[in-house]
Amino acid sequence: MHYESPVRNPLILGDKSYSDITNDIAKPVESKAPRAWWIAFSIAFVMFLWGVGCILYTIGTGIGVWGLNKTVDWAWDITNFVWWVGIGHAGTLISAVLLLFRQKWRMAINRSAEAMTIFSVIQAGLFPLIHMGRIWMAYWVMPIPNQFGSLWVNFNSPLLWDVFAISTYLTVSTVFWYVGLIPDFAMIRDRAINPVQKHIYKILSFGWGGQAKHWQRFEEVSLVLAGLATPLVLSVHTIVSFDFATSVIPGWHTTIFPPYFVAGAIFSGFAMVQTLLLIVRKIFKMEDYINIEHIEMMNIVIMVTGSIVGVAYITELFIAWYSGVEYEQYAFLNRATGPYWWAYWSMMTCNVFSPQFMWSKKLRTNLIFTFVISIVVNIGMWFERFVIIVTSIHRDYLPSSWSMFSPTFVDIGIYIGTIGFFFVLFLLYARTFPVIAQAELKTILKSSGENFKKHHDEHGAH
Amino acid sequence: MGHTKHNPIVRALFNDDDVVLGAVKDLRSNGYHVSEVYSPFPIHGLDEAMGLKRTRLSTAAFFYGLTGLFFASWLTYYTMTLDWPQNIGGKPNAYWFLNMPSFIPVMFELTVFFAAHLMCWSYFAVNKLYPGAKAQNPDPRTTDDHFLMEVELEGEEADLTKKLQELGALEISKVEA
Repeated sequence: MHYESPVRNPLILGDKSYSDITNDIAKPVESKAPRAWWIAFSIAFVMFLWGVGCILYTIGTGIGVWGLNKTVDWAWDITNFVWWVGIGHAGTLISAVLLLFRQKWRMAINRSAEAMTIFSVIQAGLFPLIHMGRIWMAYWVMPIPNQFGSLWVNFNSPLLWDVFAISTYLTVSTVFWYVGLIPDFAMIRDRAINPVQKHIYKILSFGWGGQAKHWQRFEEVSLVLAGLATPLVLSVHTIVSFDFATSVIPGWHTTIFPPYFVAGAIFSGFAMVQTLLLIVRKIFKMEDYINIEHIEMMNIVIMVTGSIVGVAYITELFIAWYSGVEYEQYAFLNRATGPYWWAYWSMMTCNVFSPQFMWSKKLRTNLIFTFVISIVVNIGMWFERFVIIVTSIHRDYLPSSWSMFSPTFVDIGIYIGTIGFFFVLFLLYARTFPVIAQAELKTILKSSGENFKKHHDEHGAH
Repeated sequence: MGHTKHNPIVRALFNDDDVVLGAVKDLRSNGYHVSEVYSPFPIHGLDEAMGLKRTRLSTAAFFYGLTGLFFASWLTYYTMTLDWPQNIGGKPNAYWFLNMPSFIPVMFELTVFFAAHLMCWSYFAVNKLYPGAKAQNPDPRTTDDHFLMEVELEGEEADLTKKLQELGALEISKVEA
């Protein structure tokens, strides 16, 4: 029953028992924060405060404080929105799609990846809200009865589809995450010594006791949620791409957008998971649980999705030429050789060229190299959204209206602020939540633990 | 299920999932009723060994999803066709069905929304999980690396104690029902 082929590398290293797993995962919650945590938290918090200031300035003064003009009326806000939503996708992919495919290596990373999903979707959601200008009218996007002659929201509009997609995605990801967290909170509750801590984890753990029937329901609910979250995650970025694809702007009006956006989202999300987990495993000494095997698997996903994105870029170019539509052709010629050529070629280098290094086993198992590539990929994916959005609209059908976009300090400040906010949330999570799904991990100890595998190889299966 | 008289309960503590699974099978085949097992993680095959029925939560989720789908259909019909039909991009709005392709994204999202959330609420309700609830496991070690089995006492207590010791129990105690 607990047998796994020796061909598969162990996922839990060292001579671990169930109790060792409990101790190792409860440790960051029970011990004092390391110095590095305080340094990182302070930096993130300052960035966050700067972002709050810029957001308040925007709301108080108006969207005019951004660098938008009448030609480029959508720029960093929507770029950042798509970037953050995309990053979120890897979390759901790891916890839902890899659960359906029974990939055991997901168990060490799903908790943090889902946390990343929720925190990045929160950042994404901020941008459309701020861009409304009058944020106190935000509830108008909801179909609620009103006194304007029953003026309803427009269900034909992709922007409204986005409202439904993002809010469903955020709330469903949160319950999926929380259902998995309950048994792990109970583990911390049952070993807590400090009464305040014990009380907090008692509230968070909902009284979980681990009865056989409850575990049976737990597994069923996890499976059904994974089944629901899998098409959901594909639908979310599909709908985000509809924001562009259903319009008639050259460079946006393409049917390739949904699969191309989903692949790009997974690509950037996995890169962000790498960035975060390489730091987490180091600071909290989780190297036995998040090991080279996990890093390598994620690098392979980055390589494959990066290549899919590359194919999409080339297909776009081909179709633009093949369509015979001169506006479409010009949009792509302008991307590659126009005034924003540097953005286009940064995108190409970071997204298509850099992941190809992962074909080499030596490079994809190198931690420093992985860390560098993970950041390069996220820079590239930011440029991809910038290229799609700004270069498509800055030169429209009327050459007298052509213009350029340059961000103001407020545009930059809000973007930096969301990065700060994201890390504030993630760092608080890393100190107070069990960062690895320990209950799930215990189920694979006997099949994928290094000591148990070695025992099997030496003595045969029992 | 079906036990009208309340027998006293014997609790046995184990420290291995395979041992506890074997013990459940052995006790059941000897006519004992294993009423509960508290474990730190799901044990594969334990529900079957204990004779637990399949959970109906997934069936419930299907109907919750269906509710969401009907709600979305009604909402788009009421707002876009019945209450105030408007010409939006020349899309047909005389009948809901003709306009429906535009509503598929919202219909899909609300199906997932209803299915996922209502299923989770049901899951919390049937497991009696709520913020601040008292811990349901009698022994705190069962969220770490121990497994606690509750067996209904039938016949002599000494026989059951001996049996449990043979099956690998570390600690045995009796609880009056």
